[in-house]
Amino acid sequence: MNHPHRQDPAFLRGTTQRRLGRRDAFRLAGLSAAGLALAACGVQGKGTAKPTSSAQAQSEVEKYWSGKTKNGHVDFANWPLYMDPKQPELKQFTKQTGITVTYKEVIQDNPSWFAKIQPQLAAGQSIDYDLMVVTNGLHFTQLVQLGYLVPLDHSKLPNFAANAGDRYKNESFDPGNVYSIPWASGMTGIAYNPKYVDTPPTSMADLWNPKYKGKVGMMSDSQEIANFGLFALGIDPDKSTEADWEKAAAKLREQRDAGIVRKYYDQAYIDPLAKGDIWLTMAWSGDVFQKNVSDGTDLKFVLPKEGATIWTDNMMIPKTATNPVDAITLMDFFYDVNVAGRLAEYINYVTPVPAAKDVIAADAAKATGEDKKLLDAVAASELVFPTEDDYARLRSYKNFATPQEQKKFESIFQAITTA
Amino acid sequence: MSRLRASLTPYALLFPGTLWLAIFFVIPTVVMLSLSLQSGDVVNGYAFTFNWHSYVDGISTYHDQIIRSLVYGLASTLIQIVIGFPVAYWIAFKGGSRKSVYLFMLLLPFLVSFVLRTISWQFFLSDNGLLLGPLKSAGLVPQDFHILATSAAVIGGLAYNFLPFMILPMYVALERIDPRVLEAAQDLYASKAQTFLRVVLPLSLPGVFAGVLMTFVPATSDYVNASVLGGTSNTMVGNVIQNQFLINQDYPTASALSFTLMALLLVGIFAYARALGTEDVLEVAAR
Repeated sequence: MNHPHRQDPAFLRGTTQRRLGRRDAFRLAGLSAAGLALAACGVQGKGTAKPTSSAQAQSEVEKYWSGKTKNGHVDFANWPLYMDPKQPELKQFTKQTGITVTYKEVIQDNPSWFAKIQPQLAAGQSIDYDLMVVTNGLHFTQLVQLGYLVPLDHSKLPNFAANAGDRYKNESFDPGNVYSIPWASGMTGIAYNPKYVDTPPTSMADLWNPKYKGKVGMMSDSQEIANFGLFALGIDPDKSTEADWEKAAAKLREQRDAGIVRKYYDQAYIDPLAKGDIWLTMAWSGDVFQKNVSDGTDLKFVLPKEGATIWTDNMMIPKTATNPVDAITLMDFFYDVNVAGRLAEYINYVTPVPAAKDVIAADAAKATGEDKKLLDAVAASELVFPTEDDYARLRSYKNFATPQEQKKFESIFQAITTA
Repeated sequence: MSRLRASLTPYALLFPGTLWLAIFFVIPTVVMLSLSLQSGDVVNGYAFTFNWHSYVDGISTYHDQIIRSLVYGLASTLIQIVIGFPVAYWIAFKGGSRKSVYLFMLLLPFLVSFVLRTISWQFFLSDNGLLLGPLKSAGLVPQDFHILATSAAVIGGLAYNFLPFMILPMYVALERIDPRVLEAAQDLYASKAQTFLRVVLPLSLPGVFAGVLMTFVPATSDYVNASVLGGTSNTMVGNVIQNQFLINQDYPTASALSFTLMALLLVGIFAYARALGTEDVLEVAAR
């Protein structure tokens, strides 16, 4: 490899003393060619201006949707464990509308999904999916900023208008639901294994308790861990500043250096928790429920008193979708009260349709035995239908104003998880 | 005509390999070198700016992880030599007619995916798992003893995962030793120890060297073992690079760290070749 900075002294002499011999001229040509080749590898920015007024947004919507028609098929990319494997909802949808659905559980986490689709979207190519589910956060913001998402035509979303909870119609990460509507929400709180933890944890302080040295799991995701550090200090993540981040980082570093943290996990905390490698851990609300149902474990989940994180996984249509009309029809279908109820019964995450509670309660009244017990539990579950008290303690991820701010945030918190 | 064909043959034979290397090695390397000198972000794009800061910042922030990776790589390589040499020696000299069976058994775990093998270690070594569970209930080790999330677990995982790549080249070198050389040593009244130290060992060194090349380099840049078996203070530079690429989309820093690691590994390998008494690394490896 030619290192352009490592110039040989003869060449330097040649240029400084203005005696460009033939060989030096060749070298110079070689160098600048190498420089050009390197510069040609630059990655172009794809940022687009966001519509600034609602009128402008409206014209964007019209421009996109005019002339688009139903094609009879939709390709749907979602996360694992986000629908009954028998897909009763999709079968009902096909029966009702004649639109067939190919459903694939291809999204495991936001960064790698973004990394996978970004080059294709940048090149204006289809990603083979018309509908996808992405969590609010860094990558969602980037999808919006890069202009990769279709502005939604709300005249095609009557169920959403009628049935979505107010909270889900005005989320800070996508005010007015210009690009997305929620699929489901969930909470990041504390999960524990009662086999090893006698006194149920109630606050962030339990994650810092030296009694649990080496048995506490934390998440490796910067936004998740940052929020817990901030909660522990009583700071609202949404209003946090760089100085707060430094304080939270110091708090988290203290926890790590005291040997309390066993490991920083991605999604893989649930098995170690069940096996007893860790006794309590940061966790997502639905995971614990699903692990208990599938493996017969008795793991518990609590929302700490200082606060917990709420996140929302959102349905959206990528700009290069081939069947956008079918996709938006499917999006609206999930806001049918009955469909939303059945879905929540299975996945046990927060449904954006509050009226679904009645559907589940009605189903519970009809059911018997184990089923009835399960459905009653779902209808009463604060993890599916959080109370106002819960909502008051729940906070979102930090929204970043600039990429520099985000980079700063990442570098502060990744220094902790990648030590 | 036939002479022309004969003179073109070597080039024709080299063509597929050269093309392969050009497309899958040279071009990506140039792109990465370029990326490491760019600045910007994924939304606004990256531009070539001769931004050396990615190297400076990357090394100053992550020197601990870089050094740790080299130490882990080295430790796992030494363990592999210690475990692998007797195995290779035994198969080569005492394997008899079943040599190929033993070699097959050595490679058998490789039919299972790398990540799965590592996860099975995690399963085996877990705090109340197959190994520690009985030991703890028998009171032989303290209750809070654990192997996972320690350096030992990561180094052990690395040594386990790359062991066959160490054994095979050593086996090849040992197997090639002409028995008559050993007989000659005996005829000259060399003791068994002398024969081993002054005949077998020097002749096997090229195999050891090739084995080190094939294990030290991938072990140092590995990130699977650290993320599956490691804890909060076992992060390797491979994990950092993966994070920078996939999570932060900070391509310049990720590329700069990759190049730094590559440079360190090259320097290490050439220094090692020098110590072995040859400057021609490739010749030794190919011998």
